[in-house]
Amino acid sequence: MKSSSHLRYKQQQFGFSLLTIMTFLTIIPIAGVVIYILVLGTPAISWEFIFGFPRGGMREGGIWPAIVGTFYLTLGTAAFAVPIGIGAAIYLSEYAPDNKATRLIRIAIINLAGIPSVVYGLFGLGLFVLFLQFGTSILAGSLTLSIMTLPVIISTTEEALKSVPQAFRTVSISVGATKWQTIRKIILPQALPGILTGVILGLERAAGETAPILFTVAAFFLPRLPSSPLDATMALPYHLFVISTQVPGMPIKIQYGTALVLLVFVLSMNIIATTIRSRARARRQW
Amino acid sequence: MNKISIQNFSLQYSDGTESLRNISLEIPANQITVLFGPAGGGKSSLLRVLNRLNDLADVTHQEGKVLLDGEDILSLKTDVIALRRKVGMVFARPVVLPFSIRENLTYGLEVAGEKDSDRINGSVENSLQQAALWDEVKDRLDDPAIALSGGQQQRLCLARVLALEPEVILLDEPTSGLDPISTGKVEESLQGLKQDYTIILVPHSVQQAARTADLAAFLLQGELVEVASGDTMFTNPRDQRTQDYVQGRFG
Repeated sequence: MKSSSHLRYKQQQFGFSLLTIMTFLTIIPIAGVVIYILVLGTPAISWEFIFGFPRGGMREGGIWPAIVGTFYLTLGTAAFAVPIGIGAAIYLSEYAPDNKATRLIRIAIINLAGIPSVVYGLFGLGLFVLFLQFGTSILAGSLTLSIMTLPVIISTTEEALKSVPQAFRTVSISVGATKWQTIRKIILPQALPGILTGVILGLERAAGETAPILFTVAAFFLPRLPSSPLDATMALPYHLFVISTQVPGMPIKIQYGTALVLLVFVLSMNIIATTIRSRARARRQW
Repeated sequence: MNKISIQNFSLQYSDGTESLRNISLEIPANQITVLFGPAGGGKSSLLRVLNRLNDLADVTHQEGKVLLDGEDILSLKTDVIALRRKVGMVFARPVVLPFSIRENLTYGLEVAGEKDSDRINGSVENSLQQAALWDEVKDRLDDPAIALSGGQQQRLCLARVLALEPEVILLDEPTSGLDPISTGKVEESLQGLKQDYTIILVPHSVQQAARTADLAAFLLQGELVEVASGDTMFTNPRDQRTQDYVQGRFG
């Protein structure tokens, strides 16, 4: 008896150790990437690097136009994807009847999330740049990134709406509120932190993508900042791609400095999203 | 004339659960009418017909008439929003909205478009007084409602209904989650409220039915078996099935 329970205890110990090791294994590459880029990129960071224009065939100077471009693209993506995505999610979660058409829409949305980003890029080139004649522009790039981001925003928003207890809806209706009043006054405010988290995570992905902007907006080098939505712009991920593959004799620290800026841009969005979520969980009344 | 008149009413859900068959029932004003019987008998369904909350459920078939003050509330022309303000409902589990105590009470008026702040403030105190909760919460009206105890939450739910100054109050096992003292408080406030309201209660036990009923209706598997005054129903029922249930032989 005693030896068998001892054996089972040993087995359990072994199992736990294995799981612990696996968990730490996943941290290694993540920590590795961050440390590597920090070490190689930090020396590049200076006032001039952040706020200056590229000089000397991009081998000197700064990356300001790329930072601004990525910022504009993120805003542009938000302008299209957030209202459409949240609207669609409200419809799917609160109004859509449970029928074949609705299920089809859901399947479509899920599959949309699986399309490779370069395909979105090509689609954006065909539809926005060429057919609608927006040209290589922030407008075309933002629209392309919006389409790519929509599935993420729709599914996370729908999830956030559905997590608000059904009883709130019933009670609200029973005191004479309309469905829309219920959504506006109870469901949306309660789901807002979850929605924001989803939106930020979606936009974060858009900010870091290279392929969708490759054909639709990104400029190799522009000596000025974009002044209208119909201008092309430089952008961080594309700039990183260009200076890493297209420019011979590129100083390594500029490459990693650019990567570091992009990483900080994306990670700070991530941290904002996580903070919103954990704060809201702590204050939640259900 | 009776406040509510249910005439040959039948109802069926798409999943085949709990239906109602040919119910006819007259519900008088200013009394407590109790709908009682074993689970699955259709009590809640009947209750939810009276404020059209059943519109949210998957009803496949419905026929008959339900008149409130002589008007058919099942008619397509019925203003359902107005009906729900007239016919308030308290649920089995106290569900406070994720707001403050005060906002829970003003929510119904606010969605009704009430702007008069005197009237809104007046209704907060009034409804809390009527639900016997005022003394316990008057100093913390802006605290989150969720911080109240279960019994207090349920009385807040009652007050939320009263704040709308309804004519009919539906209560679906309102004390099922409460301790005996809180239950007593709720029952006591109901006795006071019937002066001004028509009350329809699904009790959580036969004992509660007997304690509260002016008029009692026994529902069994979607059928209305017997209607009688509270006194008769629990001492001398006519139907054998009612007798068996009241004496605790089944259910």
